[in-house]
Amino acid sequence: METYTFLRQLADSWVLLALTLFFLGVIVWAFRPGSRATHDEAANIPFRNETLESRDRGCPDCTCKPGSDVERLT
Amino acid sequence: MLNYVKLIALALITLFAAMAASWGRDLAYQVHAVLIMLIGAGMFIWVLRQTDEPKVAVDSSGYMDGVVRAGVIATGFWGCIGFLVGVVIAFQLAFPVLNFDWGQPFTNFGRLRPLHTSAVIFAFGGNALIMSCFYIVQRTSGARLWGGNLAWFVFWGYQLFIVLAATGYVLGSTQSKEYAEPEWYVDIWLTIVWLALLAVFMGTLFRRRERHIYVANWFLLSFIITVAMLHVVNNLSIPVSIWGSKSVQVFSGVQDAMVQWWYGHNAVGFFLTAGFLGMMYYFVPKQAGRPVYSYKLSIIHFWALIFLYIWAGPHHLHYTALPDWAGTLGMVFSIILWMPSWGGMINGLMTLQGAWDKLRTDPIIRMMVVSLAFYGMSTFEGPMMSIRAVNSLSHYTDWTIGHVHSGALGWNGMITFGAIYFLTPKLWGRAQMYSMSAINWHFWLATIGIVLYASSMWVSGIMEGLMWREVDAQGFLVNSFADTVSAKFPMYVVRGLGGVLYLIGALIMAWNMWMTIRGGVRVHAPVGVPAE
Repeated sequence: METYTFLRQLADSWVLLALTLFFLGVIVWAFRPGSRATHDEAANIPFRNETLESRDRGCPDCTCKPGSDVERLT
Repeated sequence: MLNYVKLIALALITLFAAMAASWGRDLAYQVHAVLIMLIGAGMFIWVLRQTDEPKVAVDSSGYMDGVVRAGVIATGFWGCIGFLVGVVIAFQLAFPVLNFDWGQPFTNFGRLRPLHTSAVIFAFGGNALIMSCFYIVQRTSGARLWGGNLAWFVFWGYQLFIVLAATGYVLGSTQSKEYAEPEWYVDIWLTIVWLALLAVFMGTLFRRRERHIYVANWFLLSFIITVAMLHVVNNLSIPVSIWGSKSVQVFSGVQDAMVQWWYGHNAVGFFLTAGFLGMMYYFVPKQAGRPVYSYKLSIIHFWALIFLYIWAGPHHLHYTALPDWAGTLGMVFSIILWMPSWGGMINGLMTLQGAWDKLRTDPIIRMMVVSLAFYGMSTFEGPMMSIRAVNSLSHYTDWTIGHVHSGALGWNGMITFGAIYFLTPKLWGRAQMYSMSAINWHFWLATIGIVLYASSMWVSGIMEGLMWREVDAQGFLVNSFADTVSAKFPMYVVRGLGGVLYLIGALIMAWNMWMTIRGGVRVHAPVGVPAE
């Protein structure tokens, strides 16, 4: 079989199926039970690490909440 | 020891550039060779003077912000240049006499137009993206930039790319691919710089002390990787001579057109959308002081966007030699893109839930909200224009230009201005920008400028499309091309004025940045009363 025809048939059959399943899997994975805590934690990342040193002093285990960026205006 | 290797390398580069300057076959190539020769010689002397001197200790304890500061300044600078060239060519279209005879061929519209598009997209937008990458990846990873001075190499290497590209256009070196005009040696240089950017970004991610990679970094990483892929494939070409700038594309005919618009539309999708969404997912929550509305939605936004965008390119080639099935594929994927785009816009806007009062008091938030509104508007307009029937009216008309500018000026420009106003005081240790009322002025000038621009181009584009297809009872075309050109004159003037307003806003921003960086006494002008 010609390379073009082979790739074309592969692309619109198995690869299409695999990509669609991967995509649906991502959505299911995002909504899996118990993901809320993980996502809340990740969503608050921008409010940590205001300076590189502050992590070592006050925040050793990534559990601080927004508001910890009080150094921002000092 | 390393310095000796550097000296040998720089000497060889300088020597090669000197030979190229002498033997170069075209003006652009020779000018570039002289430029590289001077830079190489300057760096040679600089390295030589440092060799065998005691090393100056560099403080590498905190975040590496020097390169971000440079990036903020470069973004503001190139923004003003790019907008200025845009205003010039807008008036060249309205008043062709502005293609001055004494400046030919260097200052005609055909050479200044790629200068404008590259200056705003790659110089202004690119610097904004690179400095945001460097800032965001450090803050969201809790780690200093990987690679030491490699980040500085990325910054200066990218500026060199911009200068080579810009001077090349004016001097007539172009491979005639839209948004990929630079010739082969500039492309190779950009590839090197881009891989260095990827290395810095990935290296920092690997060093992160957060368990998760924050969603902004996903968008930024997809932007870096995809742009590298697009750039390499679309610029596959064989130089005619190593001593000249001319090269020949590997692809030809409709394949070349398809590769070009696969590149072109994904430059929109991954450079101007994914990259700037990375900025949005960091700066909007930071400025609003609240986490993103739905982190789950941001994950789905990311995967849907990158799965769909890559297919949308063929919609640029309706009614061409491209097979219909390919055009339909591009059209269908463009329309499906409505969903992730609007999901992302809603996610950004809803981040302000509970903080909507900030719209009255904080002009920076206002810029970000308007930017998201324009993101929503242009991602609605774009898929609509990709529908074959609509495209038959809109294609090759000013409607396309209006669409591009509502996206670029509205979405990319406004989110970048917001990021600059967020970063400038932070990076230079000031409480806030020098003048908050100047931000307000900038906001209104830019918004009104965009409205003038977009509405005049809608009117002009639809009129043009209708005039081109108008036939009389015998089936003859009613209008000549020149008729449409003269009918567009008033809209061209309005468009130019919109550009002037946008440029004035950017100049006010540059002044505000200058005053903030310089420090000194700050004027506190209240811009509204906070809600009780």
